[in-house]
Amino acid sequence: MVIGLAHYLTVAAILFTLGIFGIFLNRKNVIIILMSIELMLLAVNINLVAFSVFRSNLIGQAFAMFVLTVAAAEAAIGLAILVVYFRNRGSIGVEDINMMKG
Amino acid sequence: MILHAILFYVFAVAAVGAGAMVVAARNPVHSVLFLILAFFNTAALFVLIGAEFLAMILVIVYVGAVAVLFLFVVMMLDIDFAELRSGFVRYLPIGALVGLVLLAELVLISVSWALGPTGSVVAAATPSGAVVDNTRALGEILYTRYLFAFQMAGLILLVAMIGAIVLTLRHRADVRRQSIAAQLARTRAQSVEVVKVPLGEHV
Repeated sequence: MVIGLAHYLTVAAILFTLGIFGIFLNRKNVIIILMSIELMLLAVNINLVAFSVFRSNLIGQAFAMFVLTVAAAEAAIGLAILVVYFRNRGSIGVEDINMMKG
Repeated sequence: MILHAILFYVFAVAAVGAGAMVVAARNPVHSVLFLILAFFNTAALFVLIGAEFLAMILVIVYVGAVAVLFLFVVMMLDIDFAELRSGFVRYLPIGALVGLVLLAELVLISVSWALGPTGSVVAAATPSGAVVDNTRALGEILYTRYLFAFQMAGLILLVAMIGAIVLTLRHRADVRRQSIAAQLARTRAQSVEVVKVPLGEHV
Protein backbone atom coordinates (compact mmCIF):
# COMPACT_ATOMS: atom_id res chain seq x y z
CA MET A 1 0.00 0.00 0.00
CA VAL A 2 1.70 3.13 -1.21
CA ILE A 3 0.74 6.48 0.27
CA GLY A 4 0.53 8.86 -2.65
CA LEU A 5 -0.45 12.39 -3.44
CA ALA A 6 -4.17 11.57 -3.38
CA HIS A 7 -4.07 10.50 0.26
CA TYR A 8 -2.60 13.80 1.36
CA LEU A 9 -5.00 15.76 -0.82
CA THR A 10 -7.90 13.89 0.77
CA VAL A 11 -6.75 14.77 4.28
CA ALA A 12 -6.34 18.40 3.25
CA ALA A 13 -9.77 18.50 1.60
CA ILE A 14 -11.44 17.06 4.71
CA LEU A 15 -9.66 19.56 6.97
CA PHE A 16 -10.60 22.47 4.70
CA THR A 17 -14.23 21.38 4.68
CA LEU A 18 -14.17 21.09 8.46
CA GLY A 19 -12.93 24.69 8.59
CA ILE A 20 -15.80 25.91 6.39
CA PHE A 21 -18.19 23.83 8.46
CA GLY A 22 -16.87 25.42 11.65
CA ILE A 23 -17.43 28.94 10.32
CA PHE A 24 -21.05 28.12 9.50
CA LEU A 25 -21.74 26.23 12.71
CA ASN A 26 -20.20 28.68 15.19
CA ARG A 27 -21.16 31.89 13.51
CA LYS A 28 -21.74 33.62 16.83
CA ASN A 29 -18.30 33.00 18.27
CA VAL A 30 -15.45 34.97 16.68
CA ILE A 31 -12.74 32.94 18.42
CA ILE A 32 -13.95 29.66 16.93
CA ILE A 33 -14.26 31.36 13.53
CA LEU A 34 -10.61 32.45 13.75
CA MET A 35 -9.63 28.91 14.73
CA SER A 36 -11.54 27.55 11.73
CA ILE A 37 -9.62 29.93 9.47
CA GLU A 38 -6.37 28.60 10.96
CA LEU A 39 -7.59 25.07 10.21
CA MET A 40 -8.29 26.02 6.58
CA LEU A 41 -4.84 27.59 6.21
CA LEU A 42 -3.38 24.39 7.63
CA ALA A 43 -5.21 22.40 4.96
CA VAL A 44 -3.80 24.71 2.29
CA ASN A 45 -0.33 24.13 3.72
CA ILE A 46 -0.82 20.35 3.54
CA ASN A 47 -1.79 20.72 -0.12
CA LEU A 48 1.25 22.89 -0.90
CA VAL A 49 3.68 20.56 0.84
CA ALA A 50 2.15 17.41 -0.69
CA PHE A 51 2.35 18.80 -4.21
CA SER A 52 5.86 20.07 -3.51
CA VAL A 53 7.09 16.66 -2.38
CA PHE A 54 5.33 14.49 -4.95
CA ARG A 55 6.19 16.81 -7.84
CA SER A 56 9.76 17.16 -6.47
CA ASN A 57 9.58 20.93 -6.64
CA LEU A 58 10.68 22.75 -3.52
CA ILE A 59 8.91 26.02 -4.27
CA GLY A 60 5.68 24.74 -2.74
CA GLN A 61 7.38 24.41 0.62
CA ALA A 62 8.74 27.94 0.37
CA PHE A 63 5.21 29.21 -0.23
CA ALA A 64 3.86 27.08 2.60
CA MET A 65 6.25 29.05 4.80
CA PHE A 66 4.83 32.34 3.52
CA VAL A 67 1.31 31.09 4.18
CA LEU A 68 2.40 30.25 7.71
CA THR A 69 3.79 33.77 8.17
CA VAL A 70 0.58 35.38 7.00
CA ALA A 71 -1.47 33.05 9.21
CA ALA A 72 0.55 34.03 12.27
CA ALA A 73 0.21 37.75 11.47
CA GLU A 74 -3.52 37.37 10.87
CA ALA A 75 -4.05 35.56 14.16
CA ALA A 76 -2.13 38.23 16.08
CA ILE A 77 -4.02 41.14 14.52
CA GLY A 78 -7.38 39.40 14.73
CA LEU A 79 -7.00 38.57 18.39
CA ALA A 80 -5.78 42.11 19.14
CA ILE A 81 -8.89 43.53 17.46
CA LEU A 82 -10.98 41.07 19.46
CA VAL A 83 -9.44 42.19 22.76
CA VAL A 84 -9.97 45.88 21.92
CA TYR A 85 -13.55 45.19 20.88
CA PHE A 86 -14.27 43.30 24.07
CA ARG A 87 -12.78 46.13 26.12
CA ASN A 88 -15.04 48.66 24.45
CA ARG A 89 -18.31 46.75 24.15
CA GLY A 90 -18.07 43.94 26.71
CA SER A 91 -19.12 41.31 24.20
CA ILE A 92 -17.65 39.50 21.21
CA GLY A 93 -20.88 38.24 19.65
CA VAL A 94 -20.77 38.52 15.87
CA GLU A 95 -24.26 40.00 15.68
CA ASP A 96 -23.23 42.74 18.12
CA ILE A 97 -20.56 43.93 15.70
CA ASN A 98 -22.74 46.44 13.86
CA MET A 99 -21.23 49.82 14.71
CA MET A 100 -20.59 50.62 11.07
CA LYS A 101 -24.12 49.61 9.99
CA GLY A 102 -22.75 47.69 7.04
CA MET B 1 6.46 0.71 3.42
CA ILE B 2 3.59 -0.82 5.35
CA LEU B 3 4.82 0.98 8.47
CA HIS B 4 4.75 4.24 6.53
CA ALA B 5 1.13 3.60 5.52
CA ILE B 6 0.10 2.71 9.07
CA LEU B 7 1.74 5.87 10.44
CA PHE B 8 0.10 7.97 7.75
CA TYR B 9 -3.35 6.65 8.61
CA VAL B 10 -2.82 7.08 12.35
CA PHE B 11 -1.69 10.70 11.99
CA ALA B 12 -4.25 11.56 9.32
CA VAL B 13 -7.17 10.15 11.32
CA ALA B 14 -5.95 11.93 14.44
CA ALA B 15 -5.60 15.22 12.55
CA VAL B 16 -9.05 15.00 11.01
CA GLY B 17 -10.61 13.94 14.32
CA ALA B 18 -8.91 16.82 16.13
CA GLY B 19 -10.12 19.19 13.40
CA ALA B 20 -13.68 17.95 13.87
CA MET B 21 -13.40 18.44 17.63
CA VAL B 22 -12.14 22.02 17.13
CA VAL B 23 -15.44 22.76 15.43
CA ALA B 24 -17.65 20.70 17.69
CA ALA B 25 -16.13 21.18 21.16
CA ARG B 26 -18.41 22.83 23.70
CA ASN B 27 -15.66 24.68 25.55
CA PRO B 28 -13.37 27.02 23.54
CA VAL B 29 -10.39 26.02 25.70
CA HIS B 30 -10.92 22.44 24.52
CA SER B 31 -11.18 23.78 20.97
CA VAL B 32 -7.75 25.39 21.28
CA LEU B 33 -6.27 22.21 22.72
CA PHE B 34 -7.70 20.16 19.84
CA LEU B 35 -6.30 22.74 17.43
CA ILE B 36 -2.86 22.12 18.97
CA LEU B 37 -3.40 18.37 18.51
CA ALA B 38 -4.33 18.91 14.85
CA PHE B 39 -1.17 20.98 14.32
CA PHE B 40 1.00 18.32 15.94
CA ASN B 41 -0.47 15.57 13.78
CA THR B 42 -0.02 17.65 10.65
CA ALA B 43 3.59 18.24 11.63
CA ALA B 44 3.97 14.47 11.93
CA LEU B 45 2.48 14.08 8.43
CA PHE B 46 5.03 16.60 7.16
CA VAL B 47 7.86 14.65 8.75
CA LEU B 48 6.49 11.49 7.16
CA ILE B 49 6.50 13.12 3.72
CA GLY B 50 10.03 14.45 4.15
CA ALA B 51 9.40 18.15 4.85
CA GLU B 52 11.13 18.28 8.22
CA PHE B 53 11.81 22.00 8.29
CA LEU B 54 8.18 22.94 7.79
CA ALA B 55 7.14 20.41 10.42
CA MET B 56 9.42 22.05 12.98
CA ILE B 57 8.25 25.53 11.94
CA LEU B 58 4.65 24.36 12.30
CA VAL B 59 5.27 23.15 15.83
CA ILE B 60 7.20 26.27 16.81
CA VAL B 61 5.02 28.91 15.16
CA TYR B 62 1.56 27.39 15.46
CA VAL B 63 1.78 25.46 18.71
CA GLY B 64 4.28 27.74 20.37
CA ALA B 65 2.86 31.10 19.35
CA VAL B 66 -0.52 31.10 17.66
CA ALA B 67 -2.27 28.45 19.74
CA VAL B 68 -0.95 29.90 23.00
CA LEU B 69 -2.16 33.33 21.83
CA PHE B 70 -5.61 31.86 21.29
CA LEU B 71 -5.47 30.23 24.71
CA PHE B 72 -4.53 33.55 26.35
CA VAL B 73 -7.38 35.40 24.68
CA VAL B 74 -9.95 32.69 25.42
CA MET B 75 -8.98 32.68 29.07
CA MET B 76 -8.58 36.45 29.36
CA LEU B 77 -12.00 37.46 28.05
CA ASP B 78 -14.86 36.90 30.42
CA ILE B 79 -17.49 35.60 28.02
CA ASP B 80 -20.59 33.47 28.41
CA PHE B 81 -19.74 30.86 25.82
CA ALA B 82 -22.98 28.93 26.29
CA GLU B 83 -24.88 31.95 25.02
CA LEU B 84 -22.62 32.21 21.98
CA ARG B 85 -23.34 28.59 21.17
CA SER B 86 -27.10 28.90 21.13
CA GLY B 87 -27.48 28.91 17.33
CA PHE B 88 -25.50 25.71 16.84
CA VAL B 89 -28.42 23.44 15.93
CA ARG B 90 -30.16 26.10 13.86
CA TYR B 91 -27.14 26.60 11.62
CA LEU B 92 -26.43 22.86 11.32
CA PRO B 93 -28.40 22.18 8.09
CA ILE B 94 -27.05 25.11 6.08
CA GLY B 95 -23.53 24.51 7.38
CA ALA B 96 -23.73 20.82 6.52
CA LEU B 97 -25.06 21.67 3.05
CA VAL B 98 -22.25 24.13 2.29
CA GLY B 99 -19.65 21.76 3.71
CA LEU B 100 -20.90 18.82 1.67
CA VAL B 101 -21.05 20.86 -1.54
CA LEU B 102 -17.49 22.05 -0.95
CA LEU B 103 -16.27 18.54 -0.17
CA ALA B 104 -17.92 17.20 -3.33
CA GLU B 105 -16.21 19.92 -5.37
CA LEU B 106 -12.83 19.13 -3.84
CA VAL B 107 -13.36 15.43 -4.58
CA LEU B 108 -14.23 16.31 -8.18
CA ILE B 109 -11.05 18.35 -8.45
CA SER B 110 -9.02 15.43 -7.13
CA VAL B 111 -10.72 13.02 -9.56
CA SER B 112 -10.11 15.32 -12.52
CA TRP B 113 -6.51 15.69 -11.39
CA ALA B 114 -6.12 11.91 -11.23
CA LEU B 115 -7.73 11.40 -14.65
CA GLY B 116 -5.85 14.26 -16.28
CA PRO B 117 -2.63 13.97 -18.22
CA THR B 118 0.24 13.11 -15.93
CA GLY B 119 3.63 14.65 -16.17
CA SER B 120 2.35 17.71 -17.98
CA VAL B 121 3.72 19.93 -15.22
CA VAL B 122 7.45 20.00 -15.58
CA ALA B 123 9.18 20.04 -12.24
CA ALA B 124 11.79 22.71 -11.80
CA ALA B 125 15.32 21.66 -11.11
CA THR B 126 15.70 21.20 -7.39
CA PRO B 127 18.49 19.68 -5.41
CA SER B 128 17.70 16.01 -4.92
CA GLY B 129 16.71 15.12 -1.41
CA ALA B 130 19.31 12.41 -1.08
CA VAL B 131 22.26 14.78 -1.41
CA VAL B 132 21.01 17.91 0.34
CA ASP B 133 18.69 17.79 3.32
CA ASN B 134 15.35 19.55 3.34
CA THR B 135 16.30 22.53 5.49
CA ARG B 136 19.36 23.35 3.45
CA ALA B 137 17.55 23.00 0.13
CA LEU B 138 14.74 25.24 1.37
CA GLY B 139 17.24 27.82 2.53
CA GLU B 140 18.99 27.75 -0.79
CA ILE B 141 15.89 28.77 -2.72
CA LEU B 142 14.48 31.01 0.01
CA TYR B 143 17.57 33.18 0.29
CA THR B 144 18.22 33.45 -3.44
CA ARG B 145 15.18 33.19 -5.66
CA TYR B 146 12.58 34.27 -3.12
CA LEU B 147 14.68 36.78 -1.21
CA PHE B 148 12.25 39.67 -1.74
CA ALA B 149 9.24 37.55 -0.83
CA PHE B 150 11.12 36.48 2.28
CA GLN B 151 11.82 40.09 3.18
CA MET B 152 8.17 40.93 2.61
CA ALA B 153 7.20 38.13 5.00
CA GLY B 154 9.42 39.70 7.62
CA LEU B 155 7.84 43.09 6.94
CA ILE B 156 4.36 41.59 7.35
CA LEU B 157 5.36 40.15 10.71
CA LEU B 158 6.79 43.52 11.78
CA VAL B 159 3.61 45.34 10.77
CA ALA B 160 1.50 42.71 12.55
CA MET B 161 3.55 43.10 15.71
CA ILE B 162 3.35 46.90 15.70
CA GLY B 163 -0.35 46.73 14.86
CA ALA B 164 -1.12 44.36 17.71
CA ILE B 165 0.81 46.57 20.16
CA VAL B 166 -0.85 49.77 18.94
CA LEU B 167 -4.30 48.18 19.09
CA THR B 168 -4.01 46.82 22.59
CA LEU B 169 -1.91 49.57 24.21
CA ARG B 170 -4.07 51.66 26.48
CA HIS B 171 -3.10 54.96 28.07
CA ARG B 172 -5.06 55.31 31.27
CA ALA B 173 -5.61 58.85 32.40
CA ASP B 174 -5.64 58.11 36.13
CA VAL B 175 -2.14 56.66 36.24
CA ARG B 176 0.80 59.01 36.84
CA ARG B 177 3.66 58.08 34.57
CA GLN B 178 7.28 59.04 34.50
CA SER B 179 7.88 61.54 31.69
CA ILE B 180 11.53 61.22 30.81
CA ALA B 181 11.38 63.98 28.20
CA ALA B 182 10.00 66.44 30.72
CA GLN B 183 12.66 65.41 33.22
CA LEU B 184 15.46 65.90 30.73
CA ALA B 185 14.08 69.23 29.52
CA ARG B 186 14.27 70.78 32.98
CA THR B 187 16.75 73.62 33.24
CA ARG B 188 18.43 75.11 36.23
CA ALA B 189 16.42 78.30 35.86
CA GLN B 190 13.12 76.41 36.17
CA SER B 191 13.95 74.37 39.17
CA VAL B 192 16.42 76.26 41.38
CA GLU B 193 15.66 79.61 42.87
CA VAL B 194 18.27 81.60 44.74
CA VAL B 195 16.72 83.63 47.49
CA LYS B 196 18.62 86.29 49.31
CA VAL B 197 17.51 86.13 52.91
CA PRO B 198 18.05 89.32 54.88
CA LEU B 199 19.87 88.89 58.16
CA GLY B 200 17.61 88.11 61.05
CA GLU B 201 14.47 87.49 58.99
CA HIS B 202 12.79 84.48 57.51
CA VAL B 203 12.03 83.64 53.92
